Amino acid sequence: MQPITMTAAQIADAVAQGQISAREVAQAHFDQIASVDTELNAFLTLDTEGALAAADAIDSARADGEKLPALAGVPLALKDIIVTKDVETTAASKILKGWVPPYDATIVRKMRAAGIVVLGKTNLDEFAMGSSTENSAFGATRNPWDRTRTPGGSSGGSSAAVAGYEAPLAIGTDTGGSIRQPAAVTGIVGHKPTYGAVSRYGLIAFSSSLDQAGPFGRTVLDAALLHEAIAGHDPADSTSLTAPAPDVVAAAREGADADLTGLTVGVVTELGGAGYEAGVSAAVAATIAQLSNAGAKVVEISCPSFDYALGAYYLIAPSEASSNLAKFDAVRFGLRVGDNGVASLEEVMSQTRDAGFGAEVKRRIILGTYALSSGYYDAYYGQAQKVRTLISRDFSKAFEQCDVLVSPTSPTVAFPLGERVDDPMAMYAADLCTLPASLAGTPAISVPCGLSEGLPVGLQVMAPAFADDRCYRVAAAVETLTTAALGKPLLAHSTF
Amino acid sequence: MTVAHAPSYESAMSSYEPVIGLETHVELGTRTKMFCGCPTEFGAEPNTQICPVCLGLPGALPVANAAAIEATIRIGLALNCEIASWSRFARKNYFYPDMPKNFQTSQYDEPLCVNGYLDVVLDGETVRVEIERVHLEEDTGKSLHVGGSTGRIHGATHSLVDYNRAGIPLVEIVTKPVAGAGANAPQVAKAYVTELRDVIRALGVSDVRMEQGSMRCDVNTSLNRPGAQWGTRTETKNVNSLRSVERAVHSEIIRQAGLLDAGERIIQETRHFHEDTGQTTSGRSKEEATDYRYFPEPDLVPLAPDAAWVESLKATIPEPPSVRIRRLQEAWGLTDHEMSSIVNAGAVELITATVESGATVEAARKWWLGELARRANAQDVELEQLSITPAHVAELQALVDAGRINDKLARQALEGVLAGEGSPEQVVAARGLEVVSDSGALGAAVDAAIADNPDIAAKIRDGKLAAAGALVGAVMKSTKGQADAKTVRELILSKLS
Amino acid sequence: MSTISRDEVAHIARLARLAVTEEELDVFAGQLDVILTSVQRVGEVAADEIPPTSHVVPLTNVLRPDEPGECLAPGDVLRSAPAAEQNRFRVPRILDEEA
Ligand SMILES: [Mg+2]
Ligand SMILES: [Zn+2]
Repeated sequence: MQPITMTAAQIADAVAQGQISAREVAQAHFDQIASVDTELNAFLTLDTEGALAAADAIDSARADGEKLPALAGVPLALKDIIVTKDVETTAASKILKGWVPPYDATIVRKMRAAGIVVLGKTNLDEFAMGSSTENSAFGATRNPWDRTRTPGGSSGGSSAAVAGYEAPLAIGTDTGGSIRQPAAVTGIVGHKPTYGAVSRYGLIAFSSSLDQAGPFGRTVLDAALLHEAIAGHDPADSTSLTAPAPDVVAAAREGADADLTGLTVGVVTELGGAGYEAGVSAAVAATIAQLSNAGAKVVEISCPSFDYALGAYYLIAPSEASSNLAKFDAVRFGLRVGDNGVASLEEVMSQTRDAGFGAEVKRRIILGTYALSSGYYDAYYGQAQKVRTLISRDFSKAFEQCDVLVSPTSPTVAFPLGERVDDPMAMYAADLCTLPASLAGTPAISVPCGLSEGLPVGLQVMAPAFADDRCYRVAAAVETLTTAALGKPLLAHSTF
Repeated sequence: MTVAHAPSYESAMSSYEPVIGLETHVELGTRTKMFCGCPTEFGAEPNTQICPVCLGLPGALPVANAAAIEATIRIGLALNCEIASWSRFARKNYFYPDMPKNFQTSQYDEPLCVNGYLDVVLDGETVRVEIERVHLEEDTGKSLHVGGSTGRIHGATHSLVDYNRAGIPLVEIVTKPVAGAGANAPQVAKAYVTELRDVIRALGVSDVRMEQGSMRCDVNTSLNRPGAQWGTRTETKNVNSLRSVERAVHSEIIRQAGLLDAGERIIQETRHFHEDTGQTTSGRSKEEATDYRYFPEPDLVPLAPDAAWVESLKATIPEPPSVRIRRLQEAWGLTDHEMSSIVNAGAVELITATVESGATVEAARKWWLGELARRANAQDVELEQLSITPAHVAELQALVDAGRINDKLARQALEGVLAGEGSPEQVVAARGLEVVSDSGALGAAVDAAIADNPDIAAKIRDGKLAAAGALVGAVMKSTKGQADAKTVRELILSKLS
Repeated sequence: MSTISRDEVAHIARLARLAVTEEELDVFAGQLDVILTSVQRVGEVAADEIPPTSHVVPLTNVLRPDEPGECLAPGDVLRSAPAAEQNRFRVPRILDEEA
């Protein structure tokens, strides 16, 4: 079997058994990157030297008879918003170009401990602000299924890398859907964990109360294995959960038998219908019917506050971003523009931030600054935080009647590059389905569930806080059912 | 702009009533910073006590220091505050280069402690200063302004920033407006800050050294005609000593009165106090003030001190300094007047420590309120800033009591100690100040004086003992003062009887 | 009626230290107006008695013991600084607006 088509679970097994070396695996992925990434532009930085050294260390540990960690030798693509010691980290922004951090994010340390080999840093919408990866200062990423379309965003570099067989695993971050939506439109699995389940230490903050890092994989089990490696309490993150993480790997294995007897699935009324692409609605409806055939009880549940999620999100996220991005000021790191010995610091800061930030980032900084400014706080930020309460209440009520909620992950399949860049509201609409779980801090997964005119459609499975395992169990069942329905795994339908 | 004529303080007070308010920042003496594990030592090399958190690097996150939270609650308890059962940090957003994240993590509408008071005693009368809130925040870094005059920001070509101080826990104590102090307002302000300093020092949570900036005061002042509404207030920053607190209120009252007398209005603004001139100058006016865009800090979870925690902290609150002063006054047997002169001189701790080191209350008072107060005054510093410790003072007095030095020599020894020559014992030894007690040498000096003054010696032999004074003087002169006059007199009388 | 004026955008941009161009101002004012109009719906549902949610995690009193941790190596502190002098971060002259 070609290393690049192997799953993470298979690679870890083969490396542990000595059937393949970690170096061979890493090299095969670098070869794939060399052959396809000029077109995809999934990677911003490759750490060839570091990755091969890490692979060699695993190989020699194995040769010495040491017990290898769970994902030893499995390559991974890391969203370039996660800080890596001695490896350039840019958040796809000109303002950070060339920044070489002096420290590692907690999840980077955890992944190294799990034996994961980080190949490099992937493209994203600048500071994770966007739904298409077109807002990168370093060029858009293309969707492996159709190079004229976006891979979703903001974690589009990561989703494209996994869908394009450049890495079996990737890390994304999800603030309003930035893992789930790209997973959906590239035909892979992506999970946003319960807020606080994965440490944010070293994740360059966009919207602190919403940001969560999470896994991408081509299979539900792979995503679960990566989830297990990065989750867990971190004393360096005050919002890190202390409760033990649920066993998502066991849940993924259990779900694969596609027996959902005793499970109640709620279909969210508000996330569907008008405005949703017919092919997307059809694929989702067909999958729900299959879940019912697999033994699940299906009920329709209304969550009326979800209609206000978009408004709340586009007040909260920009507000927090306006504060989080204040540190990019030309003083301690990053770009400095206009320092001619005469200009004041204020002028240099303003010129640097104007030159260093792209249009979407500036738009959100201005929006957030406005929403927090005196006289507007109560009407905007304060109201949005109340909507958050209402959305959480809707979730709580819904989970009294069902075990999981489902919806399309995105109202459309991957949209063409350039289609929405000048229309912020159209771009924001890509996140309609993913925003409620972001605002409530609850876990949600996107799993491929079918095709619409040859392009992948994702099903979103939402669970109560702390019950990430339910997402994986149902997603694994969907994976089994979809593969059976399509005759082969969904990604095998890719023209890639 | 018209320059208003400055009236005298007395005339200002005959027309207006002042309202003052104080915001005091205290750097806590925790081992590590507020939100990271960097050490807080004062005076380290620039930018050596820095980590990703306090440098505000992308991705770094804060975690609150338990000791700082406890210290703040203890300050609140010592100031008779209610301790909030729910409190949160907020972000105060404004751009400034010594603030690494361009927001200060502070507390806004949900502070840890509210509604307290501090009683201060002024000339034997108790004045209650009400405390609005006590909250916790983080300190900023420090900028060095280069190219302008004397390190001022104005006229500098560039600045250099050191972030060692950035992130040190800072407690802000805000009073409610203090009205009704009348002409005593400057003294009330000083007495409050002094008492506050003593309370915090007694808690052991900060070294509260104004000259090192670990305690800093902003003073709000406004004037109004008797019976009228309160006037527009100004906020004077950079008030860095107890004396300056008093001077700042005093000079701001005179400045505002001059403007009001001239029919001008007071602008709500920040002003800077200058130690050298004792005057305030205009800073940033409120009109152009930043909109801080406060919002709850999403990177920190709420604080919810439960009753048991607060109770356990309450048990650690020492006796209030003002109560202690009444107790000390009784123990030392002093009058109100005597005790208040100790308090006013800021010498309570110094005298207590001196007495603990073995001196009598009388001796301790004599030194600290006498010779040492004179020297502090001449140097324009606080008593405690003199480079002499209470133990030194007690040692000095012990030398006098043992007859090893006399008062005159003691003053020379004191000079040596203040000059950094060591302890009184060391100075006496090094400078050779000890009285001549060697009976051989002293006997020879006495014999010489008798031989040199036969007339006087004869008078003494005839029983005119008062004449001995002249011979004592001669001996003291020949021994350059290093003899004990009483011993010399006894020796003369015994030789001539 | 527009919810945000061009002047307001200019003021906000200054507050946020963004030296936006005149053209950018025009574009942003128009776009922000559209966005604000659509997000204003949040005011329709959130009544007074609804408490705001600022933290979704059910945690309080997350504290750190007062024990020293690791500082950055001296070489790492100024490594990425745009300008440094005397082991300090060098910045252009500061307008005298804040003590
Ligand atoms: Mg403050
Ligand atoms: Zn630090």
